[in-house]
Amino acid sequence: MFGPNLPLFPEQASTLAPRVDALLYFLLAVSAFFSLLISISIVVFAIKYRRRSDSERPPLILGSLGLEIFWTAVPLAITMVIFVWGAKLFFVSFYPPPNALEINVVAKQWMWKVQHPEGKSEIDELHIPAGQPVKLLLTSQDVIHDFFVPAFRVKKDVLPGRYTTLWFEASKPGTYHLFCAQYCGTQHSGMVGRIIVMEPPAYATWVGGGGTGGSTTAAGQKLFQTLGCATCHLPTDSGRGPSLVGLIGKTVALQNGRSITADENYLRESILEPRAKIVMGYQPIMPIFKGSVSEEGVLQIISYIKSLTPQAGAQGKK
Amino acid sequence: MNDSVPEHRLHYLNASYGLKSWLLTTDHKRIAWLYLISVTFFFFIGGFFATLLRIELLTPQGDLVQAETYNKLFTMHGVTMVFFFLIPSIPAVLGNFLIPLMIGARDLAFPRINLASWYLYIIGGLFTLTAAAAGGVDTGWTFYTPYSSIYSNSNVALTVIGIFVTGFSSILTGLNFIVTIHTMRAPGMTWFRLPLFVWSHYATSIIFILGTPVIAISLTLVALERLFGLGIFNPELGGDPLLFQHLFWFYSHPAVYIMILPGMGVISELIPCFSRKRIFGYNFVAFSSLAIAVLGFLVWGHHMFVSGQSIYAGMIFSFLSMLVAIPSAIKVFNWTATLYKGSVSLDAPMLYALGFIGLFTMGGLTGLFVAALGVDVHVHDTYFVIAHFHYIMVGSAVMAYLGGIHFWWPKMTGRRYPEVLARLAALIIFLGFNLTFFPQFILGYLGMPRRYHVYPPEFQALNVLSSAGASILAVGYVLPLIYLIWSLRYSPVAGMNPWKARGLEWQTPSPPPTDNFEVTPIVVQPAYAYDVLDEPEVIYAPEKAAHV
Repeated sequence: MFGPNLPLFPEQASTLAPRVDALLYFLLAVSAFFSLLISISIVVFAIKYRRRSDSERPPLILGSLGLEIFWTAVPLAITMVIFVWGAKLFFVSFYPPPNALEINVVAKQWMWKVQHPEGKSEIDELHIPAGQPVKLLLTSQDVIHDFFVPAFRVKKDVLPGRYTTLWFEASKPGTYHLFCAQYCGTQHSGMVGRIIVMEPPAYATWVGGGGTGGSTTAAGQKLFQTLGCATCHLPTDSGRGPSLVGLIGKTVALQNGRSITADENYLRESILEPRAKIVMGYQPIMPIFKGSVSEEGVLQIISYIKSLTPQAGAQGKK
Repeated sequence: MNDSVPEHRLHYLNASYGLKSWLLTTDHKRIAWLYLISVTFFFFIGGFFATLLRIELLTPQGDLVQAETYNKLFTMHGVTMVFFFLIPSIPAVLGNFLIPLMIGARDLAFPRINLASWYLYIIGGLFTLTAAAAGGVDTGWTFYTPYSSIYSNSNVALTVIGIFVTGFSSILTGLNFIVTIHTMRAPGMTWFRLPLFVWSHYATSIIFILGTPVIAISLTLVALERLFGLGIFNPELGGDPLLFQHLFWFYSHPAVYIMILPGMGVISELIPCFSRKRIFGYNFVAFSSLAIAVLGFLVWGHHMFVSGQSIYAGMIFSFLSMLVAIPSAIKVFNWTATLYKGSVSLDAPMLYALGFIGLFTMGGLTGLFVAALGVDVHVHDTYFVIAHFHYIMVGSAVMAYLGGIHFWWPKMTGRRYPEVLARLAALIIFLGFNLTFFPQFILGYLGMPRRYHVYPPEFQALNVLSSAGASILAVGYVLPLIYLIWSLRYSPVAGMNPWKARGLEWQTPSPPPTDNFEVTPIVVQPAYAYDVLDEPEVIYAPEKAAHV
C-alpha cells in the first residue's frame, strides 16, 4: 500500500539521521505498548464487566498503593531513559566538530542567501560535499526563520541580530528539501530550497568554478581596509584598538570586570555596537558600524578575523 | 422532591422571562448558558476556518486561497479555538453550572463578578471578530516577534487587545472558583469528599490566576512595540525577540493544562458513574491535577529547543517535561482500573469518556517524542506537533466537553437527549478525529512544516486522508448541535437523577431551582459512593427537613 509515492519514513541522508530514527523507533515501541495496554484493558473491562442488571452492585475497591507506586515508577524509569537518550543526541548535534567546513547563511523574507568560504554564493540552494562535516553560521535580516532539512533531521531557528549555528554531515549524494520551519510571513511556504549533496571531487569542481569575486576571507580583508578597521586594530597590541590576531575562542577581559569568550556573536556585536562591551585597557572610541555594513559584510569581516591566527600572521591566508 | 410534574415547578429557567432577565442575570446556571451559546458560536467560527484550511490542503498548490488569506485563516482558527473556545469551554460552561451544585452552594462566591467575566469575554471576542472582519491577522496564534511587532501588516493590535480583555474573564473566573471552593462547601463536604471535577477546576483556577497576567502583559508589550516603537523585542532597537517566546510560553504552556485539566475532571465524573464504582485511587487522581498545574509552569522552554536557547536550558526543560508524563499516566491508569469489576454501561457520555482515554493516551505518549530533545529537533514546527496538540486539545478536551454536555444535559435542561444519535455522534467523532490527525503524525515525521500554504507533492496523499477525516469529524460535531437543540422541546423529561449518579447536583431537581437547594444539604458520603447506591448521600437538618 505504501509505495515510493507514500513513504512512511523520511530518507536518511546524514550521519545523525539513523541515530534520531533509532530513538524514534524506541518511542514508537513504548507508545504502541502503552496504547495497546490501555485500549485492550478498556475493551476487555467494558465487555467483561458490562452491566447485566440495573440492580447489580460492584464491590468496593478504593485503590492500591502498590499499584500506584508501580505505575508511577515504571513510566518514570522509561521517561528518564528517553530523556537521557534524547539529550545525548542533542549534545552531539549541538557542537560542530573542529574540522567542519564553515558556510555563512543569511535568511530574509523569503529567501536563503548562502556564502561559501571560497567566495561562491547561491540563493535557495546549498551545495555541500558528502562525508564532510558542515557548519552553518546563520543569521536573519528581518524576522525569525528556521533552517530545516528533514533528510538530515536537523533544524535551527535563524534569528535577527545574532548568530546561531547548525552542523551536519551528509552521508550520501542527492538532492534534499530545505524548508523554512518558523512562520515568517506571507510567502513562508515559498521559502524553500534544495540541499545538493555532491561527491567531494564534484563539489571541489563546483565550488572552484568561475564567477566569484574571491574568497569570503579576502572580501572581509578588503572591508577591513576600506572601513578603516586596520588603522587601529594592528597585528600587535600597539594600536588604539586591541589586536585581533588569534582572537576567536580566546577569553577577553572586559572593562566592567567581567570576561567573555570571543565567539561569532561577540565579534558581531563588537563591530556593530562596539560600546556594548569594552575590552579592558582600551577607550570606547570605535565608531558604531550598525547600519553601514550588510549582514553579508559582517560575516565576511568575521571570517577574516577568524583567519588571523598567530601562524598565519596578519596576512589572512587560509 | 416530586419530579413527575416538573413542568409546573419553578426552576432557574422559568423563574423569569425576557432577554433582560438573561443578560443581567447573576445566576451561575444562567451565566453558564450565556457561555454555552457563546463558546458554541466561536467553536463553529473556528471550525469554519479549519474547514477552509483542510480544503486548501487537498492539493499541493495554493489554489483555493492566496497565501496571505491562508495565513490569516490558520491564525484566526488558532486564536478563536484557543482563547475563545477551549480555554473557557469546560470551566466557564460546565464549571460555572456545576461547581456550586456539586459543593452544595447557592451560587458562586461573587455572582456579579461572574456576570462581569462573561461580558469581558464577549467584549474581547468582539475585538477579535472585528479584527477578523477588518481583514484579519496573520501572525499565527503564537504572535512571534519581531514578525508580529514590526513586520506584519495585519490587525495585530486589535487582536491582542481582544485577547488581553478576555484574559481578565479567565482571571476573574479562576478567582471566583477558588474562593467558592474554599468558603462555600456544604456541611460535610470535606476537601477529600469533593468530586474530582472540583479538584481539577481548582488546579485550573490556579493557572488562570498565575498565568493569565503574563500573557496579558506580553501581548500588551507587542501592541506597544507596534504602536509606539518600544524596543522590547525588536533587535534593531536593542530588544530580544526570544524574550517574547519565553513570556508567551510561560502562559501558553500552562494554558494547555487549562484546556485539559477540566476535561480530566469531567472524565473523573463519567467513569465512576457508568462503572458504578468508586474512582480508583481518589487521592492520586486529585493530587495529580495539582502536580500537573505546578509542573506546567516549569516546562515552557520545551517550545524553544531549536530557538537558540542554551543547551543546558534545553536539557532542564526536557527533563521537567518528561516529569509531566507521570501525573498524566497516573490518571490514565486509575481511570482504567476504575472499570475493573465495575458495572459498565456504554451510554453516550461513557463512549466520549473512553474515547477520551484513548486519544489522551496517544496525545500524551506523542508528547514524549516532542519532549525528547534529539527527536524534537526534527519534528519541531512540523505537522507532528500539530497532530500531537490536536490529540490533546481537540481529541481529548473536546471529547471531554461533549461527554460532559451530554452527561449533565438532563440536569441543565430537564430533558434527555436522543441516546442512539448521541452514541453514533460519539463514534463518528472518534473515527473522524483519528482519520484527520493520525496521518499528520506521519506527515510531520516526513518533514512537512506547519503553516505551509503550498507543499511538495509527495505529501498530498496523507493530506487528502486528513481532509477526508476532517469532513467526517465535521459531521460528528454538527450532529449534537442539531439533536441537542431538538431535544429541548421534543425529548422526554429526564427527572432528578436519570443516571442514578452520585454527586450533589443529582440531589436537586432537573432543572434545579434558582437557589439550587431549597435546604442546605449535609453530606454524609464520600464522593462516588456507588458501592452504597441505595443509601442517601445527603441528609437535611431535622428542623428544616419539614420544608422539603
